[in-house]
Amino acid sequence: MSKLKQKEDFLSGTLGVTLMSVLLGFVLGGVILLVAGFNPLEAYWVILKGIFSRPKYVSYVIIYSTPLIITGLSVAFALRTGLFNIGAEGQYIMGAVAAAAAGYYLKLPMVLHVLTAVGLAVLVAAVWGGLAGYFKARFGVNEVISTIMLNWTALYISNFMVTIDSFGRQGTGKTYAIMSSAQIDILGQWKRTPEGIAFLREHPMLWDILKSPVNLGFIFALLLAVLVWYILSKTTLGYELRAVGHNPQAAEAGGINVKRSMVVSMLIAGGLAGAAGAFQVLGVSHRIATLAIMEGYGFDGIAVSLIGNNSGFGCVFAGLLFGALKYGGSKIQDVMGAPTEVINIMIGIIIFFTAMPKLIRMILAYKKKRKST
Amino acid sequence: MGCRAAAPDIGCQSLMAVEEKRVSAIDFSDKVVEMVDIVKKFGEFTANDRISLTVHRGEVHALLGENGAGKTTLMNCLYGLYRPTRGTIRINGAELAITDPNIAIRHGIGMVHQHFMLVAPFTVTENIVLGQEPVKLGGIVDLAEAHKRVVELSERYGLAVDPQARVEDISVGSQQRVEILKALYRGAQILILDEPTAVLTPSEIEELVAIIRNLTAEGKSIIIITHKLHEIKAVADYCTIIRRGTFVDRVKVDSVSEAELAAKMVGREVSFSVPKTRAQPGSRALSIENLVVRDNRSIPVVNGLNLELFHGEILGIAGVDGNGQTELVEALTGLRAVDSGRIFAADSEITGAAPKQIINQHHICSIHEDRRKRGLVLEFDVAENLVLETYHRRPFSRAGVLDQREIYQFAERCINDFDIRPQNPGLPAYTLSGGNQQKVIIAREVSNDPRILVASQPTRGLDVGAIEYVHRALVEQRDRGKAVLLISFELDEILNVSDRIAVIFEGRIVGVIDGAEADENQIGLLMAGGSR
Amino acid sequence: MEALLKDIAFIIGTTLMYSTPLIYAAIGGVITERSGIINIGLEGMMYFGAFVGAAVAYFTGDPWLGFFCAGLAGALLGLLHAVATVSFSAEQIVSGIAINFLGVGLALFISRLVFDGATQTLTVPNKIPLPLDFLFGEGRLFASSGFMDLVFNRFATVYLAFALVFVVWFLLYKTRLGMRLRAVGEHPEAADSLGISVFRIRYGAVIASGFLAGLGGAAMSIAVVSRFNNTLISGHGFIALAAMIFGKWKPQGALLACLIFGGAKGLEIFMGAKGVPIPSSLLATLPYILTIIILVGWVGRSQPPASIGRIFDKGEQ
Repeated sequence: MSKLKQKEDFLSGTLGVTLMSVLLGFVLGGVILLVAGFNPLEAYWVILKGIFSRPKYVSYVIIYSTPLIITGLSVAFALRTGLFNIGAEGQYIMGAVAAAAAGYYLKLPMVLHVLTAVGLAVLVAAVWGGLAGYFKARFGVNEVISTIMLNWTALYISNFMVTIDSFGRQGTGKTYAIMSSAQIDILGQWKRTPEGIAFLREHPMLWDILKSPVNLGFIFALLLAVLVWYILSKTTLGYELRAVGHNPQAAEAGGINVKRSMVVSMLIAGGLAGAAGAFQVLGVSHRIATLAIMEGYGFDGIAVSLIGNNSGFGCVFAGLLFGALKYGGSKIQDVMGAPTEVINIMIGIIIFFTAMPKLIRMILAYKKKRKST
Repeated sequence: MGCRAAAPDIGCQSLMAVEEKRVSAIDFSDKVVEMVDIVKKFGEFTANDRISLTVHRGEVHALLGENGAGKTTLMNCLYGLYRPTRGTIRINGAELAITDPNIAIRHGIGMVHQHFMLVAPFTVTENIVLGQEPVKLGGIVDLAEAHKRVVELSERYGLAVDPQARVEDISVGSQQRVEILKALYRGAQILILDEPTAVLTPSEIEELVAIIRNLTAEGKSIIIITHKLHEIKAVADYCTIIRRGTFVDRVKVDSVSEAELAAKMVGREVSFSVPKTRAQPGSRALSIENLVVRDNRSIPVVNGLNLELFHGEILGIAGVDGNGQTELVEALTGLRAVDSGRIFAADSEITGAAPKQIINQHHICSIHEDRRKRGLVLEFDVAENLVLETYHRRPFSRAGVLDQREIYQFAERCINDFDIRPQNPGLPAYTLSGGNQQKVIIAREVSNDPRILVASQPTRGLDVGAIEYVHRALVEQRDRGKAVLLISFELDEILNVSDRIAVIFEGRIVGVIDGAEADENQIGLLMAGGSR
Repeated sequence: MEALLKDIAFIIGTTLMYSTPLIYAAIGGVITERSGIINIGLEGMMYFGAFVGAAVAYFTGDPWLGFFCAGLAGALLGLLHAVATVSFSAEQIVSGIAINFLGVGLALFISRLVFDGATQTLTVPNKIPLPLDFLFGEGRLFASSGFMDLVFNRFATVYLAFALVFVVWFLLYKTRLGMRLRAVGEHPEAADSLGISVFRIRYGAVIASGFLAGLGGAAMSIAVVSRFNNTLISGHGFIALAAMIFGKWKPQGALLACLIFGGAKGLEIFMGAKGVPIPSSLLATLPYILTIIILVGWVGRSQPPASIGRIFDKGEQ
């Protein structure tokens, strides 16, 4: 195959479409900035600096991306079975609540405490997702509605938990912090001790990194991505779920239990989103707080999954991209007065173009024609 | 020449009666349709390669070709759904660029599609007037006026319909009449009928023939797209034959035999019968007692059905679409709940069992009537489709983990044994042709070594070569001692392949006849509800 | 007795107020989905409409102009969605998600530029008027704060919403346009074969839904409250979507569903005001749990228009 044909195939394949969409997002975002009176190159430079110029920044990007990657995995997993998990947001919240409660109320040795907290979070969130799956399988209730309802219910349950006397600090709108044995920070305690501070003064790069809430969450995210990939492509369960996602009637005729698959898929998807909430609590916030509106990790996860083409590894890269844009983008407001929401617009544009592979192919075909004339 | 070879679908007597009544209403001075050297390409693929067609006023013109020859494509060009890549179309002598169905409709062309273009929840009247609705002030649809017009048309052309019925509730024959009324409502002078008799009983076919005679007597011209030779002999004046997108010949139907037509269509001599030895029936494989099954609208479409199937035989179920065949197969395969009655495989009861049990424990495998819907996961590759029923067993998986190597090796064996093309197990199933897709399904079901094989419309949409292949495969299974249940809407397929024939009508078996003694006249009568 | 009547009136009034924005968006959803296009982007359209409505109302002092411009803003996003899904056969759910990001992003972006870096507008000088206000008060037909006042003295947007439901119902079921739209949604190939332009009908439906969703957003920002802020529209678009599904894709059904949601909200506020000893956060779950129960128990399998989500491709011509 000639190099040119290879390049054409790549560009019109899904990876190519994604990259083109990202490119178009940056270009059009730049145009919007220009129209608003800002220098897009300056803005992009600020973003780049805001991501890469200090070890702390890189660390923050990784930390920001962690919950996004995992909620992305949750949405991607459900999509493979043909289910649209808008409920990742509510499942995330339930996971966070469970982890915060388990982290605070239980007294266990470190590793066990973390595993229990995560385990409980995954369990609760799995049920939260599985409910929607069950309603769909048994009663035919559209999963879009049921998960939206469950999202709001989760939000208010979380707020209620914050008001419980033993859990929530009166007047602060937050709960007490989880026990240190439940925290998954890396060197979180140590960096505050006198020895720690002394050591860090000698090692400024490490000190910079540790200024951010470095935790094990990212490692878990990567592990979960591998797990998702493995389940979907290597196991009989994955085979069943994919068959149901593509053609539930053929799957049924072949003997696969379609209803069971829907429930199992939502259980796993829910569990994943719950894990995202758990790691965020155990590694970063160490507590939950009253929420006026939903934080959006679940909804952003939808974007991550779509940009990442609903695959395990795609979610990792898309999650990092998303996290980088959101974190770096927050800087342009302070530095140049340009609204950070240009990032939202850019992300919207990227998703918009990933939805239209036909358009990208048309653009490529047009460019090809131009070249040959 | 026996009746069977000449016209398997219509009783011999009625055929001769129609022939006698045929008086030519053709006006040879008036060419209503001229398609000259039509070329239609889809990208690199040429569907029509310089095809020409001429129809005169009052003529019934058949367009004959195998599945996939390009007949519907050509007519879609005439109707404005496609635009020809090259070539000219003249209507009533004037050259016309038909870029849109609206233009075709305005020039008196109407099309009755093979897959009906009806809006299911709308009424008959709404479907007929859609797009040219009579309106009152402000764009309000005048349903009373529409109703009046529909009744008028229906009476004038003898097309009986219930104007207030919802289209999804009426019979298939009625739906076809609605489609014809749709065209007539728009003042069609030229009617294109795409495979019109595929869904009709023998008596409904006679009705349609009479309707066509009425229409030509009124000066209308008809183009029938078909691959059925007896239809052509029954009703057409002239016939244009196309093969693989190219024009083969234009003949006067009266002066050719069916065998000659078939040879032109396929390009070689065609034998109608399937070579097979006598059956050696064995023990009873399947027993159905008083089965009642409801369809999606809770109507008991299987209504007290009794049937027995034996090893080493092919039992064909003859009947027109809509008499409960689909639901019977779904009940047998566990895809639909049974209302009452019982089903036994050998001596175990399988009523209400899940598909997984039926396949794995009771060894009943099926080729479903809709291969795209029930048969294959089109996005999966060939190998993944081949293990759709067995992926959970050794050697294809162990402890929940798939063994890709075993799966692909098995796929390669199947591709060899069953001549599946292209020979790449990693290709997605949607890239395969209909015939090869069917081979994948057959390979899968047969490799599962079933005791009972249920084949439902197994040759639908396939060309002659693939049809021969499928029939041979069924006979081979029978010779290996399997019990084969064949359900088909094509009576000649049933007659050619089956050892015994059961006729289904309104959800019951109304007659069981030995294959060798079968008389299609009698069967046709049973299919339409008459008694022996 | 009078107290009870007043309580009921209060609940009804609050219900009407909270249902109205939902009604606009839900009706918009009905129109587009009846033509066969899924519109998940109602949230983004409402959000953008809410901002534009408030901004225009602030700068011009004319709430009706603001209301109209909100509709145009939503229609603009609707146009984008239409281009993607109808012309380029995009995945409809994905395009809808993109619209949500774009709507929020555009609203806040422009807000920061125009309102000095703030993610909220300043208070509008004139809200949507109360057209029946002249009937209530000292020496007029009805007493102030009486039953009639609480129930019927509502913003004009409320009456408009109810009128809209009737108009859309009439359009869909009585007129030629509505019949064709429904045909396109059930069987676009059939409509196409009869010369009906699936393309034009779907474009029109999607843009109309954007317009209505934008109006819904403004019904929040310049009627219920008097400014836009970044948490004003938080999930309303999704609730409207749920209402549409709940209402089985019929305008009357969607109206009922919106009223139920609004009613639950009204009940929640009422109980909070009365000091009912249930924690407010648990009270807030009421409408959502209620919906699930109703769906599971009664509504169950609701069938959308047959062609929904399916890509209609005229094929190469």
